Parts: sequence; structure tokens; C-alpha cells
Amino acid sequence: MTAQSSQSGAQSQSVYPVTRDEGAEREVILAIIVDNEPGVLARVVGLVSARGYNIESLTVAETDMEKHTSRITVVTRGSPSKIEQIKAQLGRLVPVRRVIDVSAETDALERELALIKVVNEGDQRVEAMRLADIFRARALDTTHQSFVFEITGARDKINAFIDLMKPLGLSEVSRTGVLSIRRGAEKD
Amino acid sequence: MTAPQAKQETKTAAQISKSGAELLLDALEEQGVEVIFGYPGGAVLPIYDALYARESIRHVLVRHEQGALHAAEGYARSTGKVGVALVTSGPGATNAVTGLADALLDSIPVVCISGQVARPLIGTDAFQECDTTGITRSCTKHNYLAPSAHGLPTIVHEAFHIARNGRPGPVLIDIPKDVQFEKARYTTREDAQKRNCIVTPEISAHQIEQAVDLMRYARRPVLYTGGGVINAGPEASKVLRDLAKATGFPITSTLMGLGAFPASDPQWLGMLGMHGSYEANNAMHDCDLMIAIGARFDDRVTGRLDAFSPNSRKIHIDIDPSSINKNVPVDIGIVGDAGAVMQAMLDEWKRRDKTETHDKTRNDAWRTQIDGWRARKSFAYVNSGTFIKPQYAVERLYQLTRGKDVYVTTEVGQHQMWAAQHFHFDEPNRWMTSGGLGTMGYGLPAALGVQAAHPNALVIDIAGDASVQMTMQEMSAAVQHDLPIKIFILNNAYLGMVRQWQELLHGGRYSHSYSDSLPDFVKLAEAYGGHGIRATDPAELDEKIMEMIESKKPVLFDCVVTQEENVFPMIPSGAAHNEMLFGEMTEDSVSEQGKTLV
Repeated sequence: MTAQSSQSGAQSQSVYPVTRDEGAEREVILAIIVDNEPGVLARVVGLVSARGYNIESLTVAETDMEKHTSRITVVTRGSPSKIEQIKAQLGRLVPVRRVIDVSAETDALERELALIKVVNEGDQRVEAMRLADIFRARALDTTHQSFVFEITGARDKINAFIDLMKPLGLSEVSRTGVLSIRRGAEKD
Repeated sequence: MTAPQAKQETKTAAQISKSGAELLLDALEEQGVEVIFGYPGGAVLPIYDALYARESIRHVLVRHEQGALHAAEGYARSTGKVGVALVTSGPGATNAVTGLADALLDSIPVVCISGQVARPLIGTDAFQECDTTGITRSCTKHNYLAPSAHGLPTIVHEAFHIARNGRPGPVLIDIPKDVQFEKARYTTREDAQKRNCIVTPEISAHQIEQAVDLMRYARRPVLYTGGGVINAGPEASKVLRDLAKATGFPITSTLMGLGAFPASDPQWLGMLGMHGSYEANNAMHDCDLMIAIGARFDDRVTGRLDAFSPNSRKIHIDIDPSSINKNVPVDIGIVGDAGAVMQAMLDEWKRRDKTETHDKTRNDAWRTQIDGWRARKSFAYVNSGTFIKPQYAVERLYQLTRGKDVYVTTEVGQHQMWAAQHFHFDEPNRWMTSGGLGTMGYGLPAALGVQAAHPNALVIDIAGDASVQMTMQEMSAAVQHDLPIKIFILNNAYLGMVRQWQELLHGGRYSHSYSDSLPDFVKLAEAYGGHGIRATDPAELDEKIMEMIESKKPVLFDCVVTQEENVFPMIPSGAAHNEMLFGEMTEDSVSEQGKTLV
């Protein structure tokens, strides 16, 4: 009986597809609307680390002065069931008002700002300026040896620009982390 | 008549400026707090000073802050109210951490007030300073550092709201000493600013219909209930009984849920899980419909996850959305209060009964199968005429306390499992045990809390000789506060559950699990001013138990039992529900992988 039962254990007769640890890992961008009170960021970050989830990017600032709410944007990865669990766990925190899976919308807007310092001379300076122009990056600061570029865009674009700057004397990068909002008139 | 009068009083009271300490007590009073379990210290002296003059709130002085939290848990679990503990800063707060974590895992509503160094000293490594809110953030449902006396009453009201609503849990309020002195006006519960921090969605009628649909067509259904039913209040237990009666479904429960359904009912299968009954675990494994109510698919319940109830559809009712699909994917997840959801299911079931007759014979084969498993009598043991078997001791204790107003707490280990197997409960809120965190030393202080809430009840802590020593000092609190708790120690001179695992998994190498030099518990009881009793012979057991029950003092009962008894049946780690072990077991039956699961 034992052997039989454990054999049949492989195929669940669940009426819904079993999602546990199945399905491809995907990246999600979560917008977490929280009451802006002391310790709220520590709560969110602490929960994520305590339950073994990984944060790839994190951005936080107060977004509604009257209601004292902040928007925390977190980029994380996981299987669909794991993402659901992260959302449910975050939703349990007392100061969390809403958790929005922004990336559930296929064409959600995603932006990041980066400051990129390159130190170079001669032809490399010309090439760096030319590429910056193509990427619509602005030179915020210039010396005879260096540029600081400001670039905004989706992460892919910024990553591509950083890669291109590597042979041209890339020296330092500072990034804000991802911001995201849904398109259209609808509000989350 | 009296309500408006009282309101007028508080209105005038609200206009007077009072110290933060007084405001705290006013707020606790308004929240209906009758008793506080605490321990004074430098950073809470203003609160204790205010408490000195209060007749309305009783204070029980524990001997260690862990005890204060467990006592508050015992109080909460046995009354359904919020338990309150009061501790000082630094070591007071760190000692409270175990109790907070225990309450978090078992969803027990507790509010813990801790003192903190004065605001200007925070962050300076002051005397008895620690980052209490930081340390307790992950072991509370929520916590606060009170920024001012003005905001304190609102925080207290919100803390109670959070502790008791949704999935209950512990909330901590850290109050700097200068805030306790600071003057401000009181904010009543009614006037306190409310934020929508605990939202329970409305029950979806569609989901209830789907669930009842599955229930009506199930051939092998089982109800699997947990501590959530107890937390949902006595009403929920009543509805559960009605639902079980209307459907005729067999019912099992987790360790935390014992008492929600009467153990004397023929539909009752006994507890499930690692040391649960053969019929309960087999029913879980072979069922075609599982209805989980206020239970969270803990690893001690599920055994090996990929072999857990492979052929069933699952309905999961829980107030906490994050519990659904956490460990086991389910077909229908209903977020809501256990009582309200069960009532909706019962109504829907009865509505269907009117239009379509339910074929009661549909489950007959299932019942026959369950009766077959039941006949295995999995909790049976070989009794002895010369030594007291621990199971026999619990059985006698159960028999001799019938007809009395009994509450039982336990520590953690073998005795806890024997108590769960052989002491039966017909009512909720009668059984207090540390299920999730598994805290040795829980039972004695929890019994204090229960006794403080029910002064005339018979409160028994079924204990082990090892666990009880972790919080033994609370005997002193029991004597001081005239709380005649009965500590029934199953003394096998071993850390019994550790020894059992070492026997089964580690080749009988009993590494540091034998307690040499145990105290003489009888003398110890007397040293504390309590009553000590020892039983070594099964023939004298009944008489000694009666002596314990009749004693007006706190009792330490040293019940000397056979040393190497194991708890069976058992699902070894890494095994499935239908792979239970009985008395005769060899090391080979636990897989290498299972050993790591512990």
C-alpha cells in the first residue's frame, strides 16, 4: 500500500495547476505603498531578508505629503508562487497599505537614473561624448580628464550605456534603482 | 444607563494633563485589562509608581520576563482576551523575546509594554539600553517606540486592535522613561485616530458555493482544523460542531486546535501529524477532499510535502492570506474569519439540502475504512504493574479530573505529546501549549496566567523534568500570588524527546540528554512554600493525584515514570502520512534526508 500511494503522489489531482516551485522564475517590480513612519523601511527589508527573498533593487521616498505615505519600489525574482508569497507577506505588515505588482502590466513604465563618471583623454573623450549624445545622456560635470554623465531610462538602456563606457575609461557609477508606474489613466 | 455616565467621566478625565505612565494605565484600563504580568526595573519605574495607586489593575510579579510573556499567553489563550506583560529596558526586553516569538508563531494576542532609556539617551549605549524595537521587529506582529506622551494612548489602542484582530499576535510598545513622565492629555479609544491596518475581505459567495460543491460530491472528505478555530472564539467552535454534524465528515485537528471539536464525538479522529493518530494521518493521506480551517500546513503536520495527501482537492480557510498556498498549494483558498466562513458554508450546505438530497451513503465506505484504521488503536501502550508508564499517568490524571473545571498547559517534549494523545478536550480554550516555537518552559508560567484568569479552576501543567526547570523559578510567583497551579512532572530523568531522537536517528548515542543531579522536586516545592508530592508506584498514583487535586497550594508532583519510553506512533521526518511507525523501529527506517529535517 505504501509503495502504491507514494507512486500516485507524483500526480496531484488538483483542479488548478500546481504552482509550487513550478513555472519559470520571473523578475517582478513591486510598488509598496506604506505609511511613512519610523522603521517602515527596516520592516520591509527585514521581512524580505528573513524569509530568504532577494532584492535586486530598492527605491524609496515619500510620495504623498498629506497622507504621509511613501512608495517603495522593489525589484525581486522568483517563481510565481514565491512572488505571491512575497506579496502576501508584505501585505501583512501593519504600515503597508497596498502591494502592487507593477510588472504584471506588460508595458508598465520603468525608469532609472544613473550618474556615470568616465576618466579619459584624446579620442576616447570624443567617442564618449558621441555615445552620450546617442543615449541622450547629459554631461553634468566636465574637466579635462573626466565627464560625469546623467542618463535616465529603463535598466537595459543604462546597462548598455555602462558597457559601452567600459573601454572608454569608466570610473564610477551611481544608480537610483528602479521606479515604475502603470500607463494610462488608471491609478494603482 | 451606566454607559453615558462613564463616557462623561472619561471626557472630563481627558481634559486633565497626566503623566505618560498614567495615560498608559488609563488606556489599558479602557481596553479592559484586569491583570498585568510583569517585572519592574529602572526604565519602567514611573509606570510601577502609577500602578501602585491603581486598584483596578492587578499585577502579578513573575521571576523572569520570559515567564511574564508566557503567563500573558496563558491568560490570553484561556480567556480569548489580550494578555498584557510589562518589562523593563535592556535585559527585560531581551528576556521577553522568547515569549514574543512564541506568541507570534502560535498567533496569541499579547501586548508587551517595555521601558526604554530616556529619549536623549537613545543610541548612546546607555545603561540597560538595547534596540528593543529592532530586536523584536521580526518576532512581533507590530511594534512601536512611543515618541511622546501625547501619542501614547493612541498607540496603545492601536496595539490592542492589531493584537486581537486578523491573525492575532504579539505587539510591543517601547516607552522611553522621559515619555512616562511627560504630561499630556488622554485620547479615548473612540477618539483615537484609526488606520485601516487589518483588513479582512468579504467572504466570496462564489467561493463558498464552489467549496460546498466539492463537499457534496466528496467520497472521502476530512476536516482538518487548527488553532485558528480557537482564536475565532467559542462561536467558531460551535459552528464547527454544527458543520461537522450537518455533513457527517470525520474531523481531525492540529496540536493547537485541540478542544474546538469534542474528543468524545464519534466523528473525531484524534490529533494528526508527527505523533498523531493512525486514523487521522491515514485519513489525511487518502482523502479526496481536505477542508483545512485555521490551520497552516506546518511541517510537523504535513510530513514529506511531495507525498502529502496526493489525491485530494484542498479547501483552505484562513484569516491570513499569506498562509494560503504557502506550504501546500490548494484548490480553493478562502480568506476570512474561521467562524464566519464556516457559518456561510453551513448555510449554503443547508440551502442545498432543500433542493437536492445529499446521499449520506456516499461516505459509508470511507467511514468503514476509517473504522479499520481506528481499530489499530495507535495510542495503545504496554502498561506495567511495577513502574508508572507516562501514558498511564496522563490517562489517570484525565480520569480523575473528570467533572472538574480543568485547564491544561504543557511544556515541550514527550510529555506534551502524551498529554495531547491521552488527555482529551471537549471544549476550546482549555489546552495551552507551545506548538509553533516549541518553547520548553512555557507551561509553568502559562499556568500562572490561566490561574490568574480563572482563580477557582483546576490548572494543571503537564510537564517534563527538563522543561520545567527552564522556568521553575515561577513557583515563587505562584506562591506569592496565591495561584494554586499543579505542576505534574513526568520525570524520566532524560530530555525525553531528544533521547528518543538519539535512539532512533543517532544509534542510541545519548549525547548529553541525561539529567544527572535532578533536584528533589518534593523538597524543592517545600522550599518554595508549595506542596510536594512524589509517586513511584502505579498502585499509589490515583491516591497521590487526588492529593494534588485537593491541595490548596501550588503543587510540584514528581511522577517518576519509566525512563526509556518513546512516543508512538510517529511519522519520521522525511516520510509521508501513511508511513507511520509503531513501537518496533530500527534506525534504517529514517532516510538520510529525513535526518537533516529533524
